Amino acid sequence: MPGGASLFGASALVLAALVGTAAGIGGYTFVYARGNSYMTDDPSACANCHVMQSHYDGWRRGPHHAAAVCNDCHTPSNPAAKYVIKALNGYHHSSAFTSGNYPDAIMMRPTSRAIVEAQCRNCHADMVAAMGGGDVSCIRCHESVGHLR
Amino acid sequence: MTPNENPPAGSRKLLLAGLVVLVALLAAGLAALLVNISERKVEARVPTVRVVEITDETEDPATWGKNFPAEYDLYKKTVDMQRTKYGGSEAMPRKATEGDPRTAVSQSKIDEDPRLKTMWAGYAFAADFREERGHAYMLDDQTFTQRQVVVKQPGTCMHCHASVYVPYRKLGEGDLFKGFEKMNQMPYVEARKLVSHPVACIDCHDPKTMQLRITRPGFLEGIKALKASQGVPNYDPNVMASRQEMRAYVCGQCHVEYYFKGPEKRLVYPWAKGVDADKIMAYYDEIGFKDWVHKESGAPVLKAQHPEFETWSMGVHARSGVACADCHMPYMRVGGQKVSDHWVRSPLLNINRACQGCHKWDEKEIKARVEQIQDRFYAIRNQAMDALIALIGDIKAGKEAGRSDKELETARYLQRRAQFLLDFVEAENSTGFHAPQETMRILAESLDFSRQGQIAMRDPKFKPTVAVVAISTAPPGAPPAAAPPSK
Repeated sequence: MPGGASLFGASALVLAALVGTAAGIGGYTFVYARGNSYMTDDPSACANCHVMQSHYDGWRRGPHHAAAVCNDCHTPSNPAAKYVIKALNGYHHSSAFTSGNYPDAIMMRPTSRAIVEAQCRNCHADMVAAMGGGDVSCIRCHESVGHLR
Repeated sequence: MTPNENPPAGSRKLLLAGLVVLVALLAAGLAALLVNISERKVEARVPTVRVVEITDETEDPATWGKNFPAEYDLYKKTVDMQRTKYGGSEAMPRKATEGDPRTAVSQSKIDEDPRLKTMWAGYAFAADFREERGHAYMLDDQTFTQRQVVVKQPGTCMHCHASVYVPYRKLGEGDLFKGFEKMNQMPYVEARKLVSHPVACIDCHDPKTMQLRITRPGFLEGIKALKASQGVPNYDPNVMASRQEMRAYVCGQCHVEYYFKGPEKRLVYPWAKGVDADKIMAYYDEIGFKDWVHKESGAPVLKAQHPEFETWSMGVHARSGVACADCHMPYMRVGGQKVSDHWVRSPLLNINRACQGCHKWDEKEIKARVEQIQDRFYAIRNQAMDALIALIGDIKAGKEAGRSDKELETARYLQRRAQFLLDFVEAENSTGFHAPQETMRILAESLDFSRQGQIAMRDPKFKPTVAVVAISTAPPGAPPAAAPPSK
């Protein structure tokens, strides 16, 4: 079936070209958007989008900047959970930033708040244990430890 | 695909075509994303393009708007009319008449609460007083109010109802204060011909640097007197104020209590003793000033005017360094650019930007907290209003029963106090929010003075808790009883 084979060959060629183009553009987009920086713990990666600049600036002036980076408070300490949350947050942030549909004063989602609360207790376990736990929010009072406004 | 499982040529073609379309769409999507990322990166660089020259003579905000389109677009939105629970305005349709071409006005406050007509009996506000509208309407609503018909208003009003910086300087041949003094003495209709815009860019911004700048003589003199009373001589906000202070002072240029001094109708902010209601009251007593003689009771009374700046000064937000602009012109993003929202309005219409930058509660909770403060205020405001109206009724009855001016003097003075304090918080535009506790304190004082006034009507020997100050009840326009304090 030489006719069929050449048809398949031509289509495969087109498909290969398209896949290559998509992969090329995708690859370039990934590099251009500094995609690899999101695999790191570097806080400046969070300010790749200018919308996070004020939070980043606030963190640099805040008391925790010597002790913790963004990921220490905003992602779980379990490595697997950390990358799931990173992916989820990445999806939320990039879709919001791309569409432009987000409030000027960014508010935390309940999940994000729960993660931060858990991370406070993770590092400050000794102190929290002495306090006896309970349904108390750390950041309700200590709201500016992470980043000053 | 193995040869054994070869599907028929037709469906294989279809599958391939489908794949081609799918991958092409993916490539297009990726390209779109790439462009979007690029745009977001570019907008972070904040380009400012200076397309026109702006000088100290550029009055028209549209010209400024060419260089600052984001701010100008927002500024123009002050035409919008939207209600909050207690404030804001809604457009009430009206038929344009020969003297008043407006086709919409805001709701009438004296119709909503007729007690206001009693409080202001004999004064122009009893004829027409409506809910304030946005900045865009300040000139029209002043030009066409019925108050203009009842009383001939002076050119002084322009100080805060028009963009007056350039007209003042023109009139004063370059001298802001000379122009101010000249315009004060003109009839309103004459002065009206010299101005063209409601408050505009140049009223708050230096045209060269865009820094905030005070242009209103009334505020420059008022804040100087206030600072002098606090031991700071020769205060000049344009030299000595911090940037954050300026973010309140530019608003304080107009959102203040004031009076017209003497036959030259000089606009004066009564702050020489302080900005709280009691100090302002004491200032007026000292100079023997009255706005008018109450038509029903014959008391020499005062009209308080929108003391937002003074009230804010008494509140916890001012204490924490939060300026007017932080809540009424909060920062917002336009593209990657951070601009202050020049759509000046109630923070309740803009809770995310106005409040949530500092207060991490959801919008519903924040609104509920504000309205709780306002509900409490409004309930007591109504009680204080009833008390004042009762006192006015008592004095009126006494007058009609033939009691002498001497016999009525104490009660009339107590009415003057009760009324000024009540009007101070009533005329203030936050329904108690700017300084909740201070506002309630003022209302409590007002209630007490109304109570004492009613006792004074029943017991000639009653000694009120404050010394009765003799204020001339000579007809309006006559010189005040005492000389004004030197500046």
